[in-house]
Amino acid sequence: MQEHLDKLEEQALAELNQVSEAEELRNWKVRHLGRSAEVGKVLEGVRDLPSEDRPAVGRRANEVKSQLENAYAAKEEALRGQELERSIAEEKLDVTLPGLSPARGRIHPSTQTMRQIIRIWAEMGFQVYRSREVETDEYNFGLLNFPPHHPARDMQDSFYTTDPEVILRTHTSPGQIRVMRERAPEPIRVVLPGMCYRHEQITARSEIQFNQIEGLAVGYQITMADLKGTLSAFARRFFGQDVRTRFRGSYFPFTEPSAELDIECFVCSGEGCTVCKRTGWLEILGSGMVHPTVLENGGYDPSVFSGFAFGMGPERITMLKHGIEDIRYFWANDLRFLEQF
Amino acid sequence: MKVPLSWLRDFVDIEVSIEELARKLTLAGLEVEEIRYVGLPIAHAETKVTGLAWDPEKIVVGEILEVMPHPNADRLVLTRLNDGKQEHTVLTGAPNLLGLKDSGPLETPIKVAYAKEGSQIYDGKQAGWELMTLKPVKIRGVDSSSMACSEKELGISDDHSGIIVLDDDAQPGTPLTDYMGDVVLDIDMLPNIARNANILGVARETAAQLGVPLKEPPYDVSWEGPSVDGQVSLDIQEPELNPRFVLGLIEDVNISPSPFWVQRRLHLAGMRPINNVVDTTNYVMLEIGQPLHAFDYDVLVERARGGSPTIITRLPEPGETIATLDGVERQLDDFTILVADTAGALSIGGVMGGGESEVGDSTKRVLLEGAGWDFINIRKTVAAQKLSSEAAYRFERGVHPAMAERGVRRGLEMMGELTGGSVNEGLIDKYPRPPVAPTVEITQSDIQRWLGIELELTEAAAMLERLEFSTEIDRSRLRVSPPDHRLDIGAGVVGKADVMEELARLYGYDRIPETQIADRIPPQYSNPRLEAGSQLRDLLASMGLQEVVTYRLTSPAREAKALASQGTEDRDYIRLANPIGEDRIVLRQDLLASVLEVVARNLRIRERVAVFEIGPVFLPIKGEQLPEESDRLAIAMRGPLNPLTWQGREPSKMDFYDMTGVVDGVLAGLHVGNIQYEPAAHATFHPGQCARILVDGRTLGITGVVHPLVAERFESPDTAIVAAEMDLGALFEWIPERYPVRPVPAFPPVLEDLAFVVDQKTPSERLRILIHETGEPLVVGVSVFDLYQGEQVGQGKKSLAFSIVYQADDRTLTDEEVATVRGKIVNRLEKELGAKLRDF
Repeated sequence: MQEHLDKLEEQALAELNQVSEAEELRNWKVRHLGRSAEVGKVLEGVRDLPSEDRPAVGRRANEVKSQLENAYAAKEEALRGQELERSIAEEKLDVTLPGLSPARGRIHPSTQTMRQIIRIWAEMGFQVYRSREVETDEYNFGLLNFPPHHPARDMQDSFYTTDPEVILRTHTSPGQIRVMRERAPEPIRVVLPGMCYRHEQITARSEIQFNQIEGLAVGYQITMADLKGTLSAFARRFFGQDVRTRFRGSYFPFTEPSAELDIECFVCSGEGCTVCKRTGWLEILGSGMVHPTVLENGGYDPSVFSGFAFGMGPERITMLKHGIEDIRYFWANDLRFLEQF
Repeated sequence: MKVPLSWLRDFVDIEVSIEELARKLTLAGLEVEEIRYVGLPIAHAETKVTGLAWDPEKIVVGEILEVMPHPNADRLVLTRLNDGKQEHTVLTGAPNLLGLKDSGPLETPIKVAYAKEGSQIYDGKQAGWELMTLKPVKIRGVDSSSMACSEKELGISDDHSGIIVLDDDAQPGTPLTDYMGDVVLDIDMLPNIARNANILGVARETAAQLGVPLKEPPYDVSWEGPSVDGQVSLDIQEPELNPRFVLGLIEDVNISPSPFWVQRRLHLAGMRPINNVVDTTNYVMLEIGQPLHAFDYDVLVERARGGSPTIITRLPEPGETIATLDGVERQLDDFTILVADTAGALSIGGVMGGGESEVGDSTKRVLLEGAGWDFINIRKTVAAQKLSSEAAYRFERGVHPAMAERGVRRGLEMMGELTGGSVNEGLIDKYPRPPVAPTVEITQSDIQRWLGIELELTEAAAMLERLEFSTEIDRSRLRVSPPDHRLDIGAGVVGKADVMEELARLYGYDRIPETQIADRIPPQYSNPRLEAGSQLRDLLASMGLQEVVTYRLTSPAREAKALASQGTEDRDYIRLANPIGEDRIVLRQDLLASVLEVVARNLRIRERVAVFEIGPVFLPIKGEQLPEESDRLAIAMRGPLNPLTWQGREPSKMDFYDMTGVVDGVLAGLHVGNIQYEPAAHATFHPGQCARILVDGRTLGITGVVHPLVAERFESPDTAIVAAEMDLGALFEWIPERYPVRPVPAFPPVLEDLAFVVDQKTPSERLRILIHETGEPLVVGVSVFDLYQGEQVGQGKKSLAFSIVYQADDRTLTDEEVATVRGKIVNRLEKELGAKLRDF
């Protein structure tokens, strides 16, 4: 009997050695460890043996059984490992195929730039005031101190409507008068964003509609030094902490003194390139101290109040920042352009 | 305004570099847009730099001693040329030497600009400015390696009609750059400094910026002839329009080309030399800003039938016309001021002369006019006649009448020199309306309050004196008056601002400190519409839609394209009086029409488009001057729900429910509740696939599948476009200030799916609402998850499957509780809608 068990063990282990798949392993288990397996039969037959043989055969049979069970467990583990390895090998992907992005929407570049500008001004206490796009000639020009025969009033520059007193605003500045008349005599700090219109041919460099954002501060002791400090602070926030700025004399009918703010060209760092037209400087923003006539028209006594105003073009700034050479892209709405922002 | 440095130096000593000068002028509001080098060595500057430096070794003054024929060519000559060191044979084709080729050695050598081999100059034969280097070549058998240059070859002007003939003071061998090397500053003259659109004006600003004295030109005249009295008389009929008129007379003039130095300066300043009389008027205008006009005096005498002429300035007779120098016969407006004599109009005052009295080659006596004109009237005339001139450019920006006399004096003196004529003694000068200079009073605290700088009044006075203001300090007040060459300083508080600007420019914009506003922050106002608009954009973008911005100008025809069954005749548009084209003649009223155009344009390049725009439409209001600017949201989507990928799965195309899903998402994102859709009719949409969007029964907008006819017009004949338009004014009213947040339940929910078979026409929303109502409070969520129509449910029927969430806040629900509620729901749906619970 002992011999029988030895042989049984040897044969089962030899068979197990040959097993290479889960299915074969299951069959092996049925054959050697299942209900009708030989070891089981031997164990069941132990009680029929002579009593002196029982312990030894029983011990040996149990030994073989547990030996086979252990071998089975080891084999099962080995096979599972092999299987995992094989399936991992099969699951190898081409990681260079493109990812599957969900559809993504974006905000129009003009809105993005406008938001960035508004956010910075908001932190400096300038709130948005929205003003209308269709304006009277009086608000767009007259109240802003455009002398009666100023060139900016010529037909070429403005879109007139069939009512000769009604025009499409050529700048956001009429909003200055509107906010002043609404708030006088409170001090004011606002920005006025919005669409403006000029009667031009549409070319790479000129558009019939464009955004502007204008700022206005009116108070009791606002000086040109404050204008410089405030606008420089904005320029640093917007264009970078180390950006160099310069203010130079300029002219707008509704401010005096007027100043143009240039920043050092960020393309060439002031060395001179095509973007800055070889000057090393980029014209960013027009500004000035609010003209006393405009303060008066807004309902503020210019001997008590003073203020400054400034204006810039988000599309122009976007163009400078991203090296865009054709302003027509903004309203053409070609997704190939818009999706780059 | 082009300013040659050599000319500027006549009036101010400039010790700083050209680039520093350009920087200072730019900061002071005289923006130097370009520095053009014409001979001098080029340096880097914070300005656009162009031009050419002349090599002092290679480009020198030369003198031609003899002009000889070319052995093989009639149109070329050989010259014997001395460059100061040695003689060369130099070949040239210059027409102005051809006539001298058989005259033997010249009595007076001709001074020329001589460029030796290796010189870098411009190619005179090419259009534009192409540089070239002189190399030895053979021209018709004769060696040539150097040349006498034209103005174009040296970059002075585009004149390549002959070689430069220098004035006699040029010494052979002198480097040309030392003799006449120059730089031209191109300055952008803004309207507030237009008084400086002349060399003297720029010199005055330069002197003030550099703190050096201005060398005002002499206005002395060498009187030689008899008195001008009695030779011409003057009648000013409109003193408001013509505040001053000055005349001088010069005899025995010899009309000829001007000397080279005059021609060169005119060319550098951008004008063409004509002859010594015309050049003088232009020269003086460029130099001091006073336009002059030269009449042929003998023509005027003839017109006065031999008597002494009378110059009359007046408004035109009805129907009067004038033929101006440009050859146009002009109808005159009733405000056009004329210079006339007793025989009729001679010129349009301040704008352009007439042909008849023009100075010509045979002119012997010149009557020189300098006048002052009302600038608004000149501007009106320029606009009405569509006629401008160098004179009008200056007069329409304001020339002080005091300049008229200075101009005539300077003109007479120079004309005498250049023409060899003799100037008659005295001027005829009428000055009925001298402008009154305002006095402006400022204090130190004004300066502090305006500019934020501490400046003593004595310092301020000294600065303003540099620009020739007269000043007077009276204790704590500084009283200033502008000089008699400027009209731009106002009175009262406006004058104060004008003077502050001058102080800022003189003090230096770069020296004004940078400070922060000392005032407290003013009252702040909430801005809910701006915030809601911003949130709305973010929501839409997060749902995969691209924001677009379209033109607000369109045409009724373009908007009609978005309507299947009607036109736009009933729309009362804001119309433009001066549109730039037929397709942009009104302000839009239909935002969706513009957005559909964006869809159409992009369909040429891709299948899938999902875009939105937020912006105003313009709606006239009866009885109001200005329209309502009503903010709208328009959405349009078309094509596959997701972008196509390499995986090749065909994504489903966007339909009605994708659109309402976006609308739901937006409204949920803004916490607007109680949204309903009800079938609606709208000319843009498919009649059976269009819904009104309602919140609490009030309309927010419209949505649906775009009408197939409309879709076809917008380049999508086969695939549906879905769209929505909403009124943001209405929408924003529904955004709650606060919304409650419910606690997360502590007990598990029971989830159950129920499917009902109902009539195909029954809206799913009715079932959903009934289930919800019936199941309350235990049913906390109901949503459709499947729709089936087909054999299994029978003709005219559909199966709608709902997933239902049962939930109690205080306990775990038992099966019995759920079963009771379920039973109620099934019964109610069966009773009210004839719905049958479907078994799976």
